[in-house]
Amino acid sequence: MSRWLQKSYLFLIFTFLYAPIAVLIVFSFNDSKSTSNWSGFSLRWYAELFQDDKILSALYYTLAIALISSLISTVMGTFAAFGLSQMRGRFKGFVLGVNNLPILNPDIVTGIALMSLFVFTGTRLGFMTMLMAHITFSTPYVILSVLPKFKQLSSEMLDAALDLGATPWYAFRKVILPEIMPGIITGFLMAFTLSIDDFVISFFTTGGGVSNLSIEIYSMARRGIKPEINALSTLMFLTVLLLLFVINRRSEKGAGVVLPKTDTLERM
Amino acid sequence: MLKRLSTAPYLLWSFLLIVVPLVMVLGYSLIRTGPGGPEFSLNGFIKFTDPLYLKVLGLSVWIALQSTVLCLVIGYPLAMIMSGLKPSAQRTTMTMIVLPMWMNFLLRTYAWIPILGRNGLLNGLLATIGIPPLNLLFNEGAVLLGMVYNFLPFMVLPIFTVLIRMDRSVIEAAQDLGANRLHVFWRVTLPLSLPGVVSGVMMVFMPAVSTFVISDLLGGSQVNLVGNLIKDQFLSVYDWNFGASISVVLMALILVSMWILGKTDKNGSGVSFF
Repeated sequence: MSRWLQKSYLFLIFTFLYAPIAVLIVFSFNDSKSTSNWSGFSLRWYAELFQDDKILSALYYTLAIALISSLISTVMGTFAAFGLSQMRGRFKGFVLGVNNLPILNPDIVTGIALMSLFVFTGTRLGFMTMLMAHITFSTPYVILSVLPKFKQLSSEMLDAALDLGATPWYAFRKVILPEIMPGIITGFLMAFTLSIDDFVISFFTTGGGVSNLSIEIYSMARRGIKPEINALSTLMFLTVLLLLFVINRRSEKGAGVVLPKTDTLERM
Repeated sequence: MLKRLSTAPYLLWSFLLIVVPLVMVLGYSLIRTGPGGPEFSLNGFIKFTDPLYLKVLGLSVWIALQSTVLCLVIGYPLAMIMSGLKPSAQRTTMTMIVLPMWMNFLLRTYAWIPILGRNGLLNGLLATIGIPPLNLLFNEGAVLLGMVYNFLPFMVLPIFTVLIRMDRSVIEAAQDLGANRLHVFWRVTLPLSLPGVVSGVMMVFMPAVSTFVISDLLGGSQVNLVGNLIKDQFLSVYDWNFGASISVVLMALILVSMWILGKTDKNGSGVSFF
């Protein structure tokens, strides 16, 4: 293949990948509702977006659930990974097999399964059920990113620290924690981004007026084109760019996340 | 003791929220609510053999297969081109492939509505050169496009990863031994990259065959997939037993395809595949 041909192919693909995003961004500044005619620059959709109580509450729930669920699943997953790293044999294999289920099952199956459980047990669908669902699907990713770090850990290091008079807690903080920290951070970031981006599982496990941004976008999009969504996309895209910039600066020092799902599946 | 204690919370959690719900789905798929309460029945599965529903399953598999093949055909050359770039350019193109994935999945799908719509951008462009508006949205083509758009990175990334880790000297050896470029590709590069292809295929096919979002947004009510069928049973028809039966069929379908793919991988990763 000639250089020229390669370059045109890359150009074509990137046009395909970015054209829709560019269209959304450009038309979020359009004065009219149209998405084919430009009728002047305006910020009115941004103004309407920030007066939309539904979107603002969805934003709040998205962030709250992402933060709480990723914190809980990081703590629970890290402890589980520690225990698993000390185990051997069939039981460990079984636990890891169960752990893989939410990763390998289609989201819709995880969603309806959790919904069945909540409804069966009479748990009212809402914030708590959605939070529990998010903890359930993110903890496996945390475990898979922390477990290898425990495997790399040499037990002599801990023994040496204890021999030299460190208390177990001190040894844990000063010897073990720094070694496994990159795995914990990767796991936390995975859990956080998975939670922010989730639609399907949230859709089945929420109720009572609690919705996240994805659910809000879904119901808005089904009612037809709403220019507020364009404004929302632009803001979210900019946030992601900013976040990635921050993460990438971090990842030069070692901990990097590309895509939770691809990263994890490749390691499995 | 310590290890038991530290694993205990998650053991309990994964039992209650992973194992129990899946067992419940399996249970729901095997019962039906009779006059005297729930009773064992294969009704859900029997109902699914109705041509009406088999057609939905067929269409889902067919569209998912098409999108997987399209992603492979578009993504493989892309991964090859990327793997031949300088490391800095590799990083840039990689980031550019991944970046759209960081945007909300629904927004990425929604973005095609204003482009493909009857009064959308593409029809607006066509009108300027005198072509009457086409029906680009709310059909199978639009759903297929949405799938390729959303899942292409899932195909490119694993193939790219395998290609850059590939031992260059193997390719040089083939060239030294007189193989031409096509030969090198068919006999060396492609077989060695099969593990990447297999995980790419899995990562595209799985979400494609189970989605209901893409078909809802870009297919309107015209394209009904297995995912839509399950969603409707649980959220609007309230026939949970039937919905659970379809879910079990879907899980079985994915398990079988993963098993088949696992076999190809074992055959292919070592020696020549063709």
